[in-house]
Amino acid sequence: MTMKSTVPNTLVFFVACFFLLVNAPQPMAQQNPATKPVTEIRIGYLRAYEPQLALSVLDIPPEDEGVAGANVAINDNNTTGRFLGQSFSLDVVQTKREEDVVPVFREMLARGEKYVLTDISAKQLLSIADLARENGVLLFNVGSTDDILREQECRSNVFHTAPTRTMLADGLAQYLVWKQWRTWVLLYGSHEPDRLFADAIRRAAKRFGAKIVEERLYEDTGTARRTDSGVVQVQRQMPVFTQNLPQHDVVIVADESEVFGSYVPFRTWDPRPVAGTAGLIPSSWHPASEQWGGSQIQNRFEKATGRRMLGKDMQAWTAVRILGEAATRTNSNDTAKIEAFIKDENFSLAAFKGQKVSFRRWNWQLRQPVFLGDGRGVISTSPQEGFLHQFSELDTLGVDQPETACKLN
Amino acid sequence: MRRHAYLLAGAVAAVIDAAPSWANAVYVSNERDNTVTVVDSKTMEVTKTIDVGQRPRGITISHDGKHLYVCASDDDTVQIIDTATHQIIGTLPSGPDPELFVLSPDGKTLYVANEDDNLVTVIDVEKKRVITEIPVGVEPEGMGISPDGKTMVNTSETTNMAHFIDTSTHEIVANVLVDSRPRFAEFKPDGSQVWISSEIGGTVSVIDNASKEIVKKITFEIQGLRSEAIQPVGVRITADGKKAYVALGPANRVAVVNTETYEVEKYILVGQRVWQLAFTPDGQNLISTNGLSNDITFIDTKSDEPIKSVTVGALPWGVTVAPN
Repeated sequence: MTMKSTVPNTLVFFVACFFLLVNAPQPMAQQNPATKPVTEIRIGYLRAYEPQLALSVLDIPPEDEGVAGANVAINDNNTTGRFLGQSFSLDVVQTKREEDVVPVFREMLARGEKYVLTDISAKQLLSIADLARENGVLLFNVGSTDDILREQECRSNVFHTAPTRTMLADGLAQYLVWKQWRTWVLLYGSHEPDRLFADAIRRAAKRFGAKIVEERLYEDTGTARRTDSGVVQVQRQMPVFTQNLPQHDVVIVADESEVFGSYVPFRTWDPRPVAGTAGLIPSSWHPASEQWGGSQIQNRFEKATGRRMLGKDMQAWTAVRILGEAATRTNSNDTAKIEAFIKDENFSLAAFKGQKVSFRRWNWQLRQPVFLGDGRGVISTSPQEGFLHQFSELDTLGVDQPETACKLN
Repeated sequence: MRRHAYLLAGAVAAVIDAAPSWANAVYVSNERDNTVTVVDSKTMEVTKTIDVGQRPRGITISHDGKHLYVCASDDDTVQIIDTATHQIIGTLPSGPDPELFVLSPDGKTLYVANEDDNLVTVIDVEKKRVITEIPVGVEPEGMGISPDGKTMVNTSETTNMAHFIDTSTHEIVANVLVDSRPRFAEFKPDGSQVWISSEIGGTVSVIDNASKEIVKKITFEIQGLRSEAIQPVGVRITADGKKAYVALGPANRVAVVNTETYEVEKYILVGQRVWQLAFTPDGQNLISTNGLSNDITFIDTKSDEPIKSVTVGALPWGVTVAPN
């Protein structure tokens, strides 16, 4: 297979703007604003935000999670845009978790937004997806890992830079299987996201030849999260909850709701490693990743925000960079041109993950490596060596084309 | 006796004729253990290890061979090392996070890419002061200069452009879009073209220096290797301009490209994650740094076969060879 150019032919010979000197008393390069009209590219950001609880105070999501990544990418795009007369800006709209997002989205439409990043629930996203399409708006899902948005409920105008639960579970499973830790027990929470992640783990076990020897459900009865009495109880509860399990290599935890999962490591009855939503955690990015030029984006991010970069920040950064790349390479803010560029089979982007990321053309999910990390560092990245695929090894992660339920029209 | 002397003289002449000629010092920056390894180009053995600043990457040598310049990225400085004493004798004000640089042909000016600040810093080497800073794209990296010293090319890894800079005005005169993550810029010895490697795009763009247009995009294909693993980084072109060598990163190979046909004629297997390249002054050997196997490989440029790998420090990054 030959590497193909990611640049359309018409752009290969493209030579960008010239800087003109303004009398040049000072040596710094300056752009004469009169030489080039500036093209504005506005990007909307629709998020449902409410402060969230976590079992560890370190895991409470920062208030600007995601938005901060988008802002850093806007800066990056503007640095490039200087050379082409393009200017990018972000319009952030915030609602609540269970709220109807249609009214605020209509306001965004009225302001003329053509590209909107969304960090909202699958239900909220589906309530605006078709409205967006009728208005020629491209959506970039940077928040939801729900597989259904890429399967039964996929849309031709919705791109996903967030990984799916099946991608995350497969990335984890490949590593555990590579380690020959093939016998698992599954502890899962009682909320909907927990059950969905547990489903992804069951699917991954089947796919990669691991065996789940027992499952246990942890009912949310309203625990005292970080208080003293809570911790004392937890130290007694967790061993009992994991007592009398059949022989196993790893304990897998599925608790996105942060009810019990982070309490499991070091408290199990048998001394076993923990993975899933606690212990060894799969994600689209890790705040300690420095490989593949990662230290550069991490430095840039930390300088801009005062904190480390999280998965959702990277998902939003990637979405804004995709739009920046399309605008740069087409030298345009025309929605049709940008959409055609992103949907081209040769489209790809560099995203500090050791290889290019690109879209699955059957459901517009971004194919990307999965980081496996604990609270301190990156342990590994998947796909693991030896998991082969006829087209891209990244497609060994998540629902692949032959099994997809997505029908784009 | 007489006969003996004759033979001896013949042997000496033969050695001179065969001319792997003089031993040159090869300097390798080791990103992870903050050292520069010195290797003898003739014996291909390590002769010395020099302690330098944090995260040494870009490395080059003055044209008289007296001073070695090393980007100590995490110390935000360029260190000057006396090649006679191996002592650090000073620093240059490089600006933050210097990664790669290029010395002007007259040896007076150093152009440094400041990765974190989207700048190219221009330094007067003699006066050790900053002449100017030139704003470029996101994550500037590759630095190349035309043989006449008039045009400097910087590549920006996230902006994906080759910025052509007029060295007399310090102004950008053209920005050429290339494939993802451009990492290195190398001029042909006649100055007609500049070759830009794109690590994530997996290509080398050949840009005409006069028209600033891409005249060819070179792709690579290695049987049994997935295309994502082919990541071009370091590029060097022979003094006669006929062959280009391209380091292919995690593909663990150096590609040999015919500069007339742009065909890849050979892939030379070296060490793991091959990064940067340098010729010996006589052009007979090419040396590659192999980051993940902690070694460098000497390649014979006649046969394009690897001769020997030499273990250096941790994560070897850049390499330069003394001119004398």
